[in-house]
Amino acid sequence: MELFIEQVMNGIGNGVVYGSVALALVLIFRTTKVLNFAQGEMALFSTYLTWQLTEWGLGVVGAIVISMLFAFVAGAAIQWTLIRPMEGRSPLNVVIITLGLFLGINSLAQLFFGVDPQFMPSPFPEGSISLVSGARVQKDTIGLMLVLLVECLALWLLLNRTRLGLKLRAVAGDPDSARLHGINAGRMLMLGWAMAAAIGALAGSLVAANRTGFDATLMQIILVYALAATALGGFDSIWGAVICGLIVGIADALTIQYVDALDGIEVVVPLGLILVVLVVLPTGLFGKRTVERV
Amino acid sequence: MTTDQTGASAEPVLGVAPADTTTAPGPAGGRPPLWPPMPRAVLTARIVIGVVISAAALYAPFYFEPTMNRVLSQAIYLAIAAMGLNLLLGFNGQVSIGHGAFYGVGAFTSAILMVDYGWTFEVTIIASALLTGAFGLLVGLPALRVRGLYLALVTLGLAVLFPRVAQKFVDGIGGRPLLRPSRREFASLIDGLADDQWAYFLSLAIMVGLFILAWNLTRGRMGRAMTAVRDQELAATTVGVNLAGTKVGTFAISAAYAGVAGSLSVMIDALADGTNPVLYFQRSIEFLVAMTIGGAATILGPAVGALLLVLLRRNTQDLIEGQEILAPAIYGGALIAIVFVLPEGVVGGVRRLLAALGRRSSAKGRPPTPAIPDDSHDIGGPNERT
Repeated sequence: MELFIEQVMNGIGNGVVYGSVALALVLIFRTTKVLNFAQGEMALFSTYLTWQLTEWGLGVVGAIVISMLFAFVAGAAIQWTLIRPMEGRSPLNVVIITLGLFLGINSLAQLFFGVDPQFMPSPFPEGSISLVSGARVQKDTIGLMLVLLVECLALWLLLNRTRLGLKLRAVAGDPDSARLHGINAGRMLMLGWAMAAAIGALAGSLVAANRTGFDATLMQIILVYALAATALGGFDSIWGAVICGLIVGIADALTIQYVDALDGIEVVVPLGLILVVLVVLPTGLFGKRTVERV
Repeated sequence: MTTDQTGASAEPVLGVAPADTTTAPGPAGGRPPLWPPMPRAVLTARIVIGVVISAAALYAPFYFEPTMNRVLSQAIYLAIAAMGLNLLLGFNGQVSIGHGAFYGVGAFTSAILMVDYGWTFEVTIIASALLTGAFGLLVGLPALRVRGLYLALVTLGLAVLFPRVAQKFVDGIGGRPLLRPSRREFASLIDGLADDQWAYFLSLAIMVGLFILAWNLTRGRMGRAMTAVRDQELAATTVGVNLAGTKVGTFAISAAYAGVAGSLSVMIDALADGTNPVLYFQRSIEFLVAMTIGGAATILGPAVGALLLVLLRRNTQDLIEGQEILAPAIYGGALIAIVFVLPEGVVGGVRRLLAALGRRSSAKGRPPTPAIPDDSHDIGGPNERT
């Protein structure tokens, strides 16, 4: 039993990571209807920036805040220069651009910050708390969970309870009719990218702190799991992304522990989950159904 | 939304261009012409381009060094896989980021049959095509329920999963999932052709065959069903298109193309590799990129895109001395630049240029062909424009 709980905790630890990256993906998707393959690499770059700032003697929290601000601006700039001109063109073009960014940002990060593994200090206290049953949970994990919770709540409030959120959603729903209502659609789309980039920067920095070290491949496998969580949750649900991040993380950890037949191919689990859920519920667990008109 | 396709043939059409059709193909119109009326200048340009390309393709292996021939052969197998994806995504509107997995299945099928069972390479190509086709059928069935981004993600899973499955079940050199058929197995069957030239011509012949097949397929009944499903699924079913059959069938054919490409890669690289966990994901992306920069929903597009991609990758490798790390950045930047300059891909751009040329040289007073409005908002609906 203790082992079981420990594995669940492990799973949650990874799950919050997947959830926080998934959150950024969902945010971009909700506000701009683009699936950003470069999300992970954008986060990677900001993570390196955070690390560099701490190397220069800045506190971790301050470094993360500055890096988030940088990511916010950079995200907006990317949207403005690369994504906006693609408006009205085939969505494939946007996909190619995000893939180009994926390659480019990764190699720029390696160029600026070197290829050696680096160590990121954690903003959370060290050590672990023991649970009732004797299993232990890292304070890091708890901190990450709290941050994620706050992020979700803030985003949910922003999107569902403010005028700005309403505008963002209106643009995501139909840019043209939003424009007719006097909403500056371009600015909203830019804001969507900027916010997602900032959230990615936060997620990346915390993930790197959670690991013993990180290098330029940090986000690649995480992105796959985050995509799994996003699909499972239905692309447009903030809570769905986070909850499904946890589900994917836990399922993965338990498979590693208990199912020997899948040794080495644990990734079957998130993928199998996606497939089953999508075949049964094509819009994911938390997605909204849409009615198609001809 | 029209469901007809009046896409121009991308191959130089030998023969007489049909006289100017008086009835404009419309939603309610009869059977649209196979290609739009083509002014003499455009026809000539196409024939010239076609002849030049064919001559270059046939002469290339005698002109270049073996290493370059290998690069060109890589472009050929990439083109075949990209064509497979093009049938699925460009013509049928189903996204797949999992074609790397089909490609991998093809590669390992060939490699295993050769190494463990002593088959002749050329025979294994047919086996891989059949096997990956069946595999595609299997994947195509659940794909009926999922669309757009969701389908992209499910198929992405395939590409991520494949190397792990290979690692678990393939026992190659030193217990690693790596199979290396001996070079001798791919020896030239024709006297006077070096091995690399033979590999090139064999791949080229297969590519031409498969491209002609794709051309016929997309221009026929099946192709009309495919594009109708792409443009408006619901509307297509109301006019009697067998939705499930079309989608699953396209998936299977498309997977078989990727499988053949995988087989050929074993000949050209003398290797089936399952050690790199992201290799087959990268392959999937390459197919997508080759298709898009070449021109989605065109016949020549995948070939042009594949050649461009392979040359770009090769030439950015050592562009800046001592800064190899930057190669992917330049490569990525080039991709972005191509999308910016040629949103419809190279073939789409050339086609537009030729059309403009043709309009100027002939046809005074004839209204320009109306462009089909692009109202595909979901991913994977690149509309073919005339």
